[in-house]
Amino acid sequence: MIYDVKLRIAYKYASPAVGGRHLACLLPLNDVDQTVQSASLLIQPAPTERLDRLDFFGNQVTEFSFRAPHDGVRLTLQARVSRSAPPPAIAASARMADLPQLLKQCRDVGSQSPLHCLSASLRVPLDPALTRFARAQVQPGHSVADTVLAVGQALHDHMEFDAAATTVDTPAAEAFAQARGVCQDFSHIMIAGLRGIGIPAGYVSGFLRTQPPPGKLRLEGADAMHAWVRAWCGPALGWLEFDPTNACYCGQDHIVVARGRDYADVAPIKGTMRISGSQKSSQAVDVIPVAG
Amino acid sequence: MPSQTRETPADPRFLAQYQPLPGVPDELVDASGAMRPAWAGLIAHLSSLTTAEIDEAFARGDQHLADSGVFFRNYGDTSGAGRDWPFRAVPIILPEAEWQGIETGLIQRADLLEQVVADLYGPNRLIAEGHLPARLITQSPEWLRPMVGVRPRSGHFLHFIAFEIGRGPDGGWWVLSDRTDAPSGAGFALENRVAASRVFPDLYARSNVHRLAGFFRSFRDALEQQRLDPQSRLGILTPGPLTDTYYEQAYIARYLGMTLLEGEDLTVENGQLRVRTVEGLAPVDVLWRRMDGIWADPLELREDSQLGTPGLLSALRQGQVSMVNALGVGVLETQALMAFLPKIAQVLTGQKLQIPNVATWWCGQKAELAHVQANAARMMIGPANATRMPFDTSTAHAIGGQMRGGDDADLHSWLTDNAEGLVGKELVTLSTTPVYENGSLLPRPMTLRVFLARTASGWQVMPGGFARIGASTDTAAISMRNGGSVADVWIVSDTPVAATTMLAPPTADFKRAKAGPLPSRAADNLFWLGRYIERTEGLLRLVRGYNSRLDEAATAPLRETLRARLKAYGVDADEAFPVGLMSTLGSAVQSASQIRDRFSTDGWAALKDMQKSMARIAKTAEPGNDAAQVASVMLRKIAGFSGLVHENMYRAAGWQFLTIGRSLERAAMMADLLAVVADPKSAIGGLDLAIEVGDSVMVHRQRYAVFTSRESVIDLLALDKTNPRSIRFHLNVIRKRVNDLGAGPAAEQAQGFAAQVVALQAALTAQTVDSLDSAALRDLHGQILGLSTALHATFMQ
Repeated sequence: MIYDVKLRIAYKYASPAVGGRHLACLLPLNDVDQTVQSASLLIQPAPTERLDRLDFFGNQVTEFSFRAPHDGVRLTLQARVSRSAPPPAIAASARMADLPQLLKQCRDVGSQSPLHCLSASLRVPLDPALTRFARAQVQPGHSVADTVLAVGQALHDHMEFDAAATTVDTPAAEAFAQARGVCQDFSHIMIAGLRGIGIPAGYVSGFLRTQPPPGKLRLEGADAMHAWVRAWCGPALGWLEFDPTNACYCGQDHIVVARGRDYADVAPIKGTMRISGSQKSSQAVDVIPVAG
Repeated sequence: MPSQTRETPADPRFLAQYQPLPGVPDELVDASGAMRPAWAGLIAHLSSLTTAEIDEAFARGDQHLADSGVFFRNYGDTSGAGRDWPFRAVPIILPEAEWQGIETGLIQRADLLEQVVADLYGPNRLIAEGHLPARLITQSPEWLRPMVGVRPRSGHFLHFIAFEIGRGPDGGWWVLSDRTDAPSGAGFALENRVAASRVFPDLYARSNVHRLAGFFRSFRDALEQQRLDPQSRLGILTPGPLTDTYYEQAYIARYLGMTLLEGEDLTVENGQLRVRTVEGLAPVDVLWRRMDGIWADPLELREDSQLGTPGLLSALRQGQVSMVNALGVGVLETQALMAFLPKIAQVLTGQKLQIPNVATWWCGQKAELAHVQANAARMMIGPANATRMPFDTSTAHAIGGQMRGGDDADLHSWLTDNAEGLVGKELVTLSTTPVYENGSLLPRPMTLRVFLARTASGWQVMPGGFARIGASTDTAAISMRNGGSVADVWIVSDTPVAATTMLAPPTADFKRAKAGPLPSRAADNLFWLGRYIERTEGLLRLVRGYNSRLDEAATAPLRETLRARLKAYGVDADEAFPVGLMSTLGSAVQSASQIRDRFSTDGWAALKDMQKSMARIAKTAEPGNDAAQVASVMLRKIAGFSGLVHENMYRAAGWQFLTIGRSLERAAMMADLLAVVADPKSAIGGLDLAIEVGDSVMVHRQRYAVFTSRESVIDLLALDKTNPRSIRFHLNVIRKRVNDLGAGPAAEQAQGFAAQVVALQAALTAQTVDSLDSAALRDLHGQILGLSTALHATFMQ
């Protein structure tokens, strides 16, 4: 499937910013199952400096800064992405019992190593309640992939999608306790739970197809940037991507932007400006299929 | 024959009484009870003194530390206060020959750590070949992923490091801790040395003690050699005044002639690191980092960091700045790493560690876990990722087989459940060294902190200077936060040593160092220091005026006027010595505390002294004449401080900002007061009060008449060019200071601000005693305060 992706993000400041430096993580990833045919990120006003590069995890990031006073920033992403999605080879998953030994043997510290996603990270502290929740889904004889599916499904059943319930800074444990949140909360909760039971789990940011294929339901989270989870199921299967907000494996309706340990690694826009007043932001996403 | 050696003629008092702990090695006496020869001079000297003489000598050391304001702050203490430096006067003495062994061993370790960290941020061979578990590194918060693959511009990761070492029961030395990220204490070592040499001036001079200055000189030279741009400044990156060792950072910045910079002082432009100064952005391309790595850049590391500089990592990646030490080397402090270093030393260098590190087992491995479980009683168990000292027991979970913090979990199963995150470290019995207490010498456990600096000719080791000493015989209490103390360490030679100083050798050409541009933040703090000191003075004068009229019934309306003025500045006139006054002075101290590196020791001492006196006076002062009198006392102290500053401070940009702050505040307060008393409807006596507050009673009498009139007072306190209390006088001062700033490299910045000052001057010149009525004065007051805003917009962005 080929998509045209268009994303517009705008920040409007109440009083002009004197200067600022930012890091954007918005350009889609080139990967085995995803080819970026063309992509551009337009930043307005034109930044004083701009540098595009790859980060540690292989994501495309853009550093940019302003020196002149400005009263807002607009970012426009346009990309054409070809996405294929072979069904995950679930049968290749390692068994739960073998996972600890496989991880002990792992000598990989490169960008795709499961070891980065094994313990607490900045936005995902391990939490006893989340670990208990995940552990309760483990069935005897289940593979790692089965467990990931079970935890994701249980989480989806427990949580209600509610864009007003949380903010970008709400801790996962809090969102879990109130059983409400958005894709970021779903993902952080699932990551904390999986790590709590020893399954390496990371955070994926990306886009969803805006309108569903005929006869299918519209996916939650298609109005803005989306997030989901990837879990490591042993060397044979590798990383398995699961969307807990929609309780499904990620397929050709999911377009990957970036992968990291949690939101902090892949936040769409980071950075501070020297401003005294408040700021407002808005976001609009269109993901339209252009050809089958 | 120990009993005989103990009775050497020199030591009747101290050595005979000294009782080392059984089974514990001691620095002063050896296992047989004989005094180690290096100590003979010190013991003989101490024994030749009376108790009173010893007290007097030790007091000299304490006096030096108090005078220079050395302090140490506990983590989490935001009061700005800080504790006195816990200095023990008796140094630890080591013979040169033994020290050379320590030097060689630690240099070997430094080279090894350099290789390890270069591998961890490069090819990762140690992990790939199984010499280091991958999980240990990926789980370390100090392994900074954005720095992976980035080679330091200088070619080296480590430039200035420290090791904490201790002597074990067999008499040999052990490395207890690697301080590789941003070690503190080198500046304290210098202060220890000065204090110790004050306590023992003659002894120190004749004892062939290796000097410390040469080490710092070499280190500074090495930093200078790392610069690409010879015009650029050497900077020290500090987390700021609330960090526990801020004093030391300010001290060493002054000592080495480096600029002390906070993250906020820096910005990145086209990949280059720059300092915000009053002259605009200035380059800095070598930065000695005293901030823990993870806080350095909120864009790529801890996003919640308030201390860092956005874009710093980008500058590092582009090779535009050399950082000492490289960002990310904190991973070497990971406690569990010590479990693997002995083997890694063999793998990388084919050699054994000459000084072993304290035996360590990472519980993430089966056999090691079993070993720790079986031997927990002889271990300290703590987080594998911790970077703190093994005996800084706040990080230990279990000591000697006992869980800490009232946790009664079963140690064995707790270890199993948390194995990956834990290390066991052998409990070390540290050697003891004598401390002087109540007239005798007592043994206390000690560790040495040894500093190494990379120079063009390889690693140099600071010869002694810093030891930490336990508060009791318990080795766990050695941390200063737990009441431990510090002492100097003397490395003594059999032959005279060269006396080095930080001054250039006599053969070098005389060069006048160019003063670096003043960082905007420092300018801001100096400006506000000037304002707050002046405001304190102005308020003291108002408080005095209020209290001296308290007994006169006829002045009640005027007192109301005064009460209202004071209230506008947050001062309650009913308090004999108002809290609001103390907090104003507190703000001055706060501003000064942010710029300790630019502020004379005497000036700081005078400021702190003023604060102490105020606090004391506030407790006993009675409203009325008593309060008026103590206000006079405080006014004299302020005059002393101002004299000190204005007599002694170098006339560079810093002084200009301080002076502008002072003049601006004085002019503003005067305009504010005159606006009230110039009102014909105001309380009777206001005009007299104004010349009293303006310290102009005598001159008024000489120039005008005995009785005040609105015209005479306005003329003298607002329009007079020569009265140092008049508004016009101070606008002229501000103009001159701005001109001076404008004559320097900050000319461009100064222009706009100068124009505003000139406009205000012209407006005032056009006024007459008649036109300058209450409303005009109020307007003038607003415009003077507007200069403060303009100054910020001009110099502080």
